[in-house]
This record gives sequence, C-alpha cells and structure tokens, in this order.
Amino acid sequence: MRHLMNPLDMTTEELDRLFDLANDMEQNMPKYAHLCEGKKLATCFYEPSTRTRLSFESAMLNLGGSVIGFSDAGSSSASKGESVSDTIRVISCFADICAMRHPKEGAPMVAASKSTIPVINAGDGGHQHPTQTLTDLLTIRSLKGRLGNFTVGLCGDLKFGRTVHSLIEALVRYEGINFIFISPPELKVPDYITEHLNELQIPYKEVIKLEDCMPDLDLLYMTRVQRERFFNEEDYVRLKDFYILNKQKLSTAKEDMLILHPLPRVNEISVEVDDDPRAAYFKQVQYGVYVRMALIATLLELV
Amino acid sequence: MLNVGKIEEGFVLDHIEAGKSLSIYHHLQLDKQDCTVAIIKNAKSNKMGKKDILKVECDINMLNLDVLAFIDHNITVNVIKDGEIVDKKELVLPKEIKNIIKCRNPRCITSIEQELPHIFVLSDEKKEIYRCKYCEEKYSELDS
Repeated sequence: MRHLMNPLDMTTEELDRLFDLANDMEQNMPKYAHLCEGKKLATCFYEPSTRTRLSFESAMLNLGGSVIGFSDAGSSSASKGESVSDTIRVISCFADICAMRHPKEGAPMVAASKSTIPVINAGDGGHQHPTQTLTDLLTIRSLKGRLGNFTVGLCGDLKFGRTVHSLIEALVRYEGINFIFISPPELKVPDYITEHLNELQIPYKEVIKLEDCMPDLDLLYMTRVQRERFFNEEDYVRLKDFYILNKQKLSTAKEDMLILHPLPRVNEISVEVDDDPRAAYFKQVQYGVYVRMALIATLLELV
Repeated sequence: MLNVGKIEEGFVLDHIEAGKSLSIYHHLQLDKQDCTVAIIKNAKSNKMGKKDILKVECDINMLNLDVLAFIDHNITVNVIKDGEIVDKKELVLPKEIKNIIKCRNPRCITSIEQELPHIFVLSDEKKEIYRCKYCEEKYSELDS
C-alpha cells in the first residue's frame, strides 16, 4: 500500500505513468466511469479548502466512486480532542482511500503511519501540497508535450509560496531547466533552495521586474504578492505593479509561453489576460481533476 | 591537578568540548541511572586547550551512544572492561534520532498530537543537518 505525502515520493518514471493515465482519462472518460464503483473516498479537511476538496470529490465521482468526509475541524471529532492517529484508524473502517488537509505540518504523515488505507496529503500547513505540484506538472506536460528544456519564470511571493518551492524541487529532476526568479527582495526564494540549485549546478537568476525577463520565458508561474508580507506600505506600493501581469507586459513574451497560477487569483493577473491563448490557469484546474483521478486509481491499485 | 580513580567497567568520554559535559549527562539520561559518574570540567588539554571528561561506571551495553555522535562526533569514547581500555568507538552521525530533541515548529503536528515521538532524520551528512521527520523543519542548536 502506498501513500502520497510529497511530490518527490514518486520517481519520474512513476510520474510519467501517472500522467499517461491522466491523459488517457481525459481522452476516454467513459472508459473509467465505473472504475471505482463501490469504493469510497474520505475527504478529511481539518481546514477549509473548497477548491482542493471539490477537485478530489469530482475526481472520485468521475470514477464512479462515492465520497464521505468533513470540511472543517469543527465538524470533526478533532473538536473533541481526538488525535489524527485515532481519526485515521476510524476513517480506515469507513473508506477505501483518504485525502487529508490539515493546518499542522506532517499530520498526513502521522495518519499514513497508522492507516490501513492509502492517504493522500491534500495540503499540510505551509509544508507540502503534492497534488498541486502534480497538477502543475501534468498541465505543463500536456500543453507543452515535455517536462524538460524550459526557461521557467516564477513570479511574486517566492519566499512563502509552498507551491513554488515544490514545483522547483519537482522540475530539477528534468533536464535543461533554467529558472528565473522574479520577486521583490523581501520575498526572494529561500536560501536553502538556491543552495540546492547551486549544488545541482542548475542555472538560475533573480530579477526584480517581470519585464526584465519576459522574452526569455517558456513558462511563467504567477503567484500573489500579499500586502501583509511587506515591512512597510511604501515598499508595497512601489513594487506591487511589477508583479501584475497584463497585456502590455505580455507583449514581449514568446507566442507559445504558458501562464500558470495555482489560484485563487486576486489582481496579479489582469482579467484581460484570461482570453490570451497563453493563459493556462483555468485549464490547470481541469488537469487537477484528471491527475487526482489517476492518483486515486493508482493508489487503489485499480489500474 | 585533580585525580579521579580508574573505573572497572564502563565508559570514559574524552575530548568533550569544555562546558558540554552536563548536557551530555542529561542527554544520556545518566541522572536516571543508578551508576557512578564523574564529571570533570575544564581539564587541561593539549589538543583543545580545555575539555570536559565524563567517566561512567556501568554495564557497557547500557548506554545509547547514538546521541553522543549527534551532540559532538569528535568525542572519544573509551570502553573500559576490567580496568583496561578494550575498545575506542568511532562516533558516526545517527541516521535518525528519537525523543532526544524536540521540534520547536509551532505549526508541526508534534505540537498537538499526543504520544507522538519526536523523530529527526539526518538530511545532510556533510553539513550535519537534522530535520523533523514530520514537518522537515531544520534543527538548530539555538532551539535546545
């Protein structure tokens, strides 16, 4: 029995198989419509995350399975003081697979250690969110046909953004990746990541403005720059426009560049960009469902 | 010069960084053992200037020495039997340490889950970096 705690739990070969399956599910949905009949997914969400929970539920329903669960800690026995270890032992009696979101880092790992059913980490605090990374990788692979040989721009809050950190760690396993980190100095990518890139001799550069590197990018991964991350209002006001993507900034980008975003978007991508063929962030949500379908089927050993 | 007598069976932990012997005494849980312990602080050392030494009279299978390597792998461990040094153990960093140090990350599951052991895993042998098994937070000596 396998669990998914970290996007790096799977080798690149295993990821290839997972993504092939996800693409086949995308093309031949009816073929998989009864694959999980009689199986139940428990979505144990100790903190609200409507998007991720609905994506998991949609994935299981697409496979013909059913869904049980809770969507905040208040409606679970955690409010009575039950441990994660006890909860998962109980859930194991009710369901065949569990997707767990928890505000405490490492909670899904504790659950996996006591569980008799596969556990998927659906986000644990600021630590990991592996199915978001799998979604990002599947989107890139499906729309670009490969996962290597890209100049990847990551823009916005690179310090606190776990999706960015996980994506970098996942992409370094492929050949020919260059990174350009576009962020204000306050929100630079953490040192441990740049140290790791130095060790692996993976080229990267850090820039302040999006315009400074736009023509070089094959992929642009946008994240939100939040006002509360800045030390003072003056810096926020001075810098915030550098990280808003609009048509004018996009004018120097490659014709086939992909724009990705883990969503929710607030104002960091102007709505006028939504109709641009390079905008892939809503397609990304759809790929999120396919990759979760493939993951559920794989962990349940039904394929 | 202070003289402490020979021990018949046990360990002599030599070349302890001056001032660290009490911390090692606690980490080895010697306070809970019913054995004779000599703690020598600030002994003269040609190599180190000053050093601490711990002499522990006990069954040689009784102590978990993994923790020593975690604290300082430069410590010399002399194993004593019948009053003689029978072995000098080389300390290697343990791959995993359990319930020796605590994760201080307030966002870590160890902060709320009952009875959960605090486990740290050696993530970088060269830099001697240990990370919490659950949240991957780096252990810093400042935490202790």
